[in-house]
Amino acid sequence: MSGVAIPLLLTLKVAFTATLAALVAGVAAGWLLARTRFPGREALDAVLLLPMVLPPTVIGYYLLVVLGTHGAIGAWLDTTFGVRLVFSWQGAAIAAAVVAFPLVFKAARTAFESVDPNLEKAGRSLGYAEWRVLARITLPLAWRGIAAGAMLAFARATGEFGATLMIAGNIPGRTQTLSIAIYEAVQAGDDALANSLVVLASITCIVLLVAAAAIVRRGHLRIVPV
Amino acid sequence: MTPPRALCLCAAFAGALLAGAAQACSAAEILVSAATSLTNALRDVGQRFEAQHPGDTVRFNFAASDVLLAQIDKGAPADVFASADEATMDRAERAGRVVRGARRDFASNALVIVVPRGGTHVASIAALREAEVHRVAIGSPRSVPAGRYAKEALVDAGAWDALQPKLVLAQNVRQVLDYVARGEVDAGFVYATDAAIMPDRVVVSVRPATRDTVRYPVAPLTDSRQPALAGAFVSFLASPQAQAVLARYGFAPPAAP
Repeated sequence: MSGVAIPLLLTLKVAFTATLAALVAGVAAGWLLARTRFPGREALDAVLLLPMVLPPTVIGYYLLVVLGTHGAIGAWLDTTFGVRLVFSWQGAAIAAAVVAFPLVFKAARTAFESVDPNLEKAGRSLGYAEWRVLARITLPLAWRGIAAGAMLAFARATGEFGATLMIAGNIPGRTQTLSIAIYEAVQAGDDALANSLVVLASITCIVLLVAAAAIVRRGHLRIVPV
Repeated sequence: MTPPRALCLCAAFAGALLAGAAQACSAAEILVSAATSLTNALRDVGQRFEAQHPGDTVRFNFAASDVLLAQIDKGAPADVFASADEATMDRAERAGRVVRGARRDFASNALVIVVPRGGTHVASIAALREAEVHRVAIGSPRSVPAGRYAKEALVDAGAWDALQPKLVLAQNVRQVLDYVARGEVDAGFVYATDAAIMPDRVVVSVRPATRDTVRYPVAPLTDSRQPALAGAFVSFLASPQAQAVLARYGFAPPAAP
């Protein structure tokens, strides 16, 4: 039983961390591109969607080159903090966050753009500071779209394989997520283990997404108090 | 598009397909599933084989030996199987995938420990337990023969348990080589022939003793659609010409101790 529990717990840890990181970055980028206008805005939008378009192994390769022990950022992290991201669960989380980011970003941008700017102007005319407009008007109206993006991101992060394998490697107990464990079981010809892992991964994902959808459906919409 | 024009296009397309199929029928093609460590050498051997058999093609499928056997077991259309250890070929034989009596050894290799060039030199297997060695890469013993040889060497040196926290498992021996070449690990277990491919990025530190000689068996497969050509390729691997190519890449003759 421990053969399936450890990859499951590791996958959940990596997926939750990655979704959180993608959420923060995605909402920030989505708000920025929805509410500001600058030359090259749509080009930037396209670049930010690249992780969804590129094959995961390509992303994994770029991450390995940049974050590896001799990479541009990786070398700095190693010499300054002694931090090595390759072969660590944090590296796996970064890989999952990168591939999940476009899902949150696109959903967030669309959600922010669908908020009526007049409502925000009304808030400002009532004396709200910008952060208050965001917290009391924009986010309550946009959160359902953002939540949908976050759910997609979580599902994507749970199933991430190609980029994870490249930068985090396959270290049982440390970076062997469910998808990698399934892959290794199939490679080793252990069909029984592969089957149990696949069933476990499917059930876990379905349960979590159904629960998240229920929360989104029942969540209350905060109306701006007059 | 008008019906007559559409009909003409369809006819032309069908004609092209038939012509292509006819061309494929007259020329034979075999698929050789071979262990990753044989990549460079067998590609070279394949070209010479094609030169001797004009019109025929040899295609290669390189992966860890256990993975190749799993593919063959599930019906992959391979004609020849070359494995990096006898154990995997034995399993293929027991499963009835291999033509009886046609199996032969065609090369042997040596297990080595490599370190990144410019990295800390490792004097012996015991030295892997030192604190300066943070990570050691081996092939996954469950699916890579090189990983099993490495595990045996570590077990025999009494270092297997101590090294568990430092081990990074790779999908095949070339991935181990890549990890060492990039400096992501401090040492890795590969074959001498793999180390010879990247002399500018990896350095051989130790040649640990292995329980059995690293020997490569090859055999034509029972489900092959080109049994004659498959058998010819297997025989070709034992020929002086192929053996010379293998020697150039650092492989030793199969009978070497």
